Amino acid sequence: MTAQLAVFLVLAAMAVTGAVSLILQKHPIHSALSLIVVMISLAGLYLLLGAEFVAAVQIIVYGGAIMVLFVFVIMLLNAGIEEHTSISKMAGAPGLLLVVALAGFVAATIARSTENIQATSQTGELASTLGISNMLFKDFVYPFELTSFLILVAVLGATVLAQREKS
Amino acid sequence: MNSFLSANAELMITLVKIALLLFIVLTVNAYLTWFERKVVAHIQSRWGPHRVGPHGLLQPLADGLKFLFKEDPTPAGVDKFVYYLAPLLALALALTSIALIPFGPDPIRLFGRDIYLGITPPDLNIGILALFAVTALGVYGVALAGWSSNSKYPLLGGLRSSAQMISYELALTMSAVGVLLMAGSFNLKKIIEAQAHHPEWGLFGWNVWPQILGFFCFFIAAVAETNRVPFDLPEAESELVAGFHTEYSSFKFAMFFIAEYTSMITVSCLCSILFFGGWLSPFPASWTYAHYLPSAILIPFGLWVIWDGIRYETLFGRIVLPGVGTAITALGALFVLLPEVNAFIQAPFWLLSKIFVFLFVYVWMRGTLPRFRYDQLMAFGWKLLLPLSIVNVILTSFAILAKMQWWGAK
Repeated sequence: MTAQLAVFLVLAAMAVTGAVSLILQKHPIHSALSLIVVMISLAGLYLLLGAEFVAAVQIIVYGGAIMVLFVFVIMLLNAGIEEHTSISKMAGAPGLLLVVALAGFVAATIARSTENIQATSQTGELASTLGISNMLFKDFVYPFELTSFLILVAVLGATVLAQREKS
Repeated sequence: MNSFLSANAELMITLVKIALLLFIVLTVNAYLTWFERKVVAHIQSRWGPHRVGPHGLLQPLADGLKFLFKEDPTPAGVDKFVYYLAPLLALALALTSIALIPFGPDPIRLFGRDIYLGITPPDLNIGILALFAVTALGVYGVALAGWSSNSKYPLLGGLRSSAQMISYELALTMSAVGVLLMAGSFNLKKIIEAQAHHPEWGLFGWNVWPQILGFFCFFIAAVAETNRVPFDLPEAESELVAGFHTEYSSFKFAMFFIAEYTSMITVSCLCSILFFGGWLSPFPASWTYAHYLPSAILIPFGLWVIWDGIRYETLFGRIVLPGVGTAITALGALFVLLPEVNAFIQAPFWLLSKIFVFLFVYVWMRGTLPRFRYDQLMAFGWKLLLPLSIVNVILTSFAILAKMQWWGAK
């Protein structure tokens, strides 16, 4: 259990550091790299929870496919260092308030439900490949197929938008 | 100290295995460059390296030393962090993927513990998915190297390679789905065991026969994924100088080099595991005398090396080559004399032989095929390989469904 806790702490620290660095970096590529660190730490956390399939898919889809596209687009556009404006007061004051509120909410939730978190750490059957495919292709097959249809429509829409100038 | 060792035995064994695998993989990589230069040279009617050591066998060592001692300038205007990160990332990911390969089904019993060949235990539930995950990240090394070098040729090379790897990764993953459907598992060990359902069929039980379409797509996509000829567009020297690693020299260049060769080995492992039965023997299980094949290859080869060494023109060669030959012959004799050892080495022997054959095919292609044009490469990937691999998935699914419906097989 101690080893698990240590791994969790390392991964969680990596995820949080990556997320903060994503916001603070000046160059888009550095931000994208920070986001990759977040994705991979999350995959590690899933692995720690026993959700092997989700962890692998997290790396393949988010770490591999989506972030490669991000990096590719940043490289293709040759985006330079961003200009930084001083934070507007409108966003500053409510933002700070919201941060405090969110932190309080999360802390309160964790404080109230320590036992529940311990109990749900065993995902086991549900998160296995078999469990996930049973859910996707038996219990929720229609929503799943509808979602893929939605994605197809989005792809078609993107293609039409990209080709608009030619016609 | 002793109590610490016994308390963390699992950790210690893993660390030793990592060090050992690292040593073996790096040595094999070094000699793979020698092998490649020799084979390509003979394809082109040349001798290849033959000055440094007998038959040029010390050439990799000389190359390694040269890489270590070369000046390592950092070009002006590079993004320092990413510039240094890229080769590290490429090498680390390539080596991680080989750590996920199981090299044999049976553990060795040492110090009262079962030690498996390979760093992860062979029945890792998400074996192939984890491999694909690591491969999916492999593109970053190349893309970031190209971008961070602050130079036009590397940038173009990096862009090309990212586009190429994204395109071919789809076909690579889709073409493996057929095999996964037949095995019903992501587990590399179960994938191999599923090819041994009919022990008397030998090599005709392997996945390559029902999945010939899948193998075709997988191997081509894998060659493209490792950026090798005929898909080495990212480093087309006539157009891009050296592509993404133009601005890298010394050991940072060597790291890209090692990464490329390591991923060649990983892809060869994957091809043999998914389609060619992994560590299964190609002969029917009843042919027990086939067990002596490793010795039957090693002993004549060792004797030939001794014979060749005695007549070698340099004194160094006349000393070293017979020594190596004697070692190889002794190894072959050892396998004959100790039946238990012989039974144990069967699985690794067959896996390594298959890997060697695929590595030879890689080199053979490099010596034979011209490079694709960039638009041909993209059209080939998207318009031929991807549809073919999807057709393969559909055909396999229907075949499995039909088998379940009419023959009642599971």
